Amino acid sequence: MNSDRRLIRKDSLEKLFKALKQNNKTIIGPALQNGKISYKISNNYSEITSDYIQTTQSSKEIAFPRTEKILAYSKNAEGMSVKGIDIKDIPEIVLWGVRPCDAIGIGELSAIFNWDYKDEIFNNRLSKVTVLGFSCSKADEYCFCTSVGGNPGNTEGSDILFTQLGENGDYLAEILTEKGSLIVSMAEALFERAGKVEKEKFLVDVPVRFNHEDVRNKLTTFFESGEWVQQSLKCLGCGACAYVCPTCACFDIQDEAHGKSGSRVRCWDSCGFSLFTLHTSGHNPREVQSQRWRQRIMHKFSYMPDRLSVFGCTGCGRCSRACPADMNILEHLISIQEATV
Amino acid sequence: MDDLRKRAKELLEASAVKVVIGYENGTENKTRAIFVEKPEDTGKLIFDSRCIMNLASYLTKHEVKNKGKMAVTATLPVMRAIIQLASEFQVNDSNLLVLGITPESKLIEFKDLAEVESFVHKYQIEIDVRNKEMLDKIDKMPASERWNFWIKELAPCFKCYACRAACPMCYCHRCTVDFNQPQWIPVPSHELGNLEWHIMRAVHLAGRCVDCDACYNACPLAIPLNLLTKRMLIDAKEHFGGYQPAIKAEHLMSTYKPDDKENFIL
Repeated sequence: MNSDRRLIRKDSLEKLFKALKQNNKTIIGPALQNGKISYKISNNYSEITSDYIQTTQSSKEIAFPRTEKILAYSKNAEGMSVKGIDIKDIPEIVLWGVRPCDAIGIGELSAIFNWDYKDEIFNNRLSKVTVLGFSCSKADEYCFCTSVGGNPGNTEGSDILFTQLGENGDYLAEILTEKGSLIVSMAEALFERAGKVEKEKFLVDVPVRFNHEDVRNKLTTFFESGEWVQQSLKCLGCGACAYVCPTCACFDIQDEAHGKSGSRVRCWDSCGFSLFTLHTSGHNPREVQSQRWRQRIMHKFSYMPDRLSVFGCTGCGRCSRACPADMNILEHLISIQEATV
Repeated sequence: MDDLRKRAKELLEASAVKVVIGYENGTENKTRAIFVEKPEDTGKLIFDSRCIMNLASYLTKHEVKNKGKMAVTATLPVMRAIIQLASEFQVNDSNLLVLGITPESKLIEFKDLAEVESFVHKYQIEIDVRNKEMLDKIDKMPASERWNFWIKELAPCFKCYACRAACPMCYCHRCTVDFNQPQWIPVPSHELGNLEWHIMRAVHLAGRCVDCDACYNACPLAIPLNLLTKRMLIDAKEHFGGYQPAIKAEHLMSTYKPDDKENFIL
């Protein structure tokens, strides 16, 4: 559908929040904890913060939780009973305050979960999510959405995208999908007709720093480059980058048994860990950190576009912000583009 | 800073070391590790109050130590970590040279690790006031409140293991959490999995942790997990007469004496 452009007063956002609560929506929005901005279930509008460039973690947990019991079993006299996840038990979620680089990530993640096998649990969870995006009027040194095809006012992935028209101004609401229209119908009176609005002039300028297609082309002959070792010397080998990333989708399956009952749990995993590729024989095809770092970049900028026609990076900069060793992915991608071999 | 660059340059020119590990400017006014292998690159080395990362974590890293003899820019916490690593046979005089930085930010030359040890022993490990107050507050909580405090604080943990990766003492090739036959610690980052991981981590660091706060600084979610190791330091002081890393040391967790107190056994 074509986007329907409306205006919502700054003071009306709280009223919208209340209307959604009245419609039994679970609202997940950015909130402050331990000095970090995280997505949390918000019961009151006052818990939501609007003063942030980006949340520490991505919103991927709404469809791909860090730890998810995918089935439970129990053994009794009659035999075995197995229970999976019932879609009816999944709440209707409104994701509030998502930045465009996060909203677009949901599509990239979806591409992975629907590559060959259609991941029913992921798809069911996602079907219950409505994304309220908020454009960016601020950016920092880590942001690079424009280098990977995005922009600070990108509508892709959002059901409604709000853009604040100047500091303390009202908001332009671009209603982009059926799900978005449904939200509007819950508080129709708050959405006024928008006159002519030049949205772009209220967006932050994020300069283009590299070309993702050039990086992709370079990577086709870059596998043996010494650059990987050089870049990854300071990498400590943790999984912070993968866990805050909106498109990292690797997981591990664990069985937790307690006597006659138990459960099967899907847990996040990361290609940054040496254990990730360790074989039963003791052989590890990615023995050292440089090979793991190479995998991370190759996967996002070569394998994903080749196989899924999407890049695995939204330019949100979270991995660089979260990195305890200040591995700055933007710098590394620029050096790959500029490398002569 | 000029002294540091000059010395690093001399060492590389004379091939006395293969790599100088130090700090360089990073993103948004942060600093980060740099591995200088050419004399002409020593100009990138910096040192100032922003340089808080514990560089000792790199000394046991495969791709770094394989370069050959290392020199490292080392503040007091880094030097303490180096001495502890030396006592655990992870570094020695043949593979490491310490470019010390005194608490007054002066470059100090050490002939060998024994000299580093003497310098380290001039200073006691003191837990800072803010954390001491927090620990006292936790101690005074009734058991159930303390339990809830930790369950709540550890709940955000998604087990990225940045705390482990940034800790100079967590150099094990395969960590206890990486074992699955048998599996000691539940992998999922649910309540039990998180609790067991953090307790295990803290206990493995008892009598080894040098209180550098690398774990806390590395945590992307700012979980105050250093309170656990700080508490271990206090216990080491109260029950075992204190802790100071030493090259030839009796390790607190692996030494038994017939007259050891047993008052901690419930």
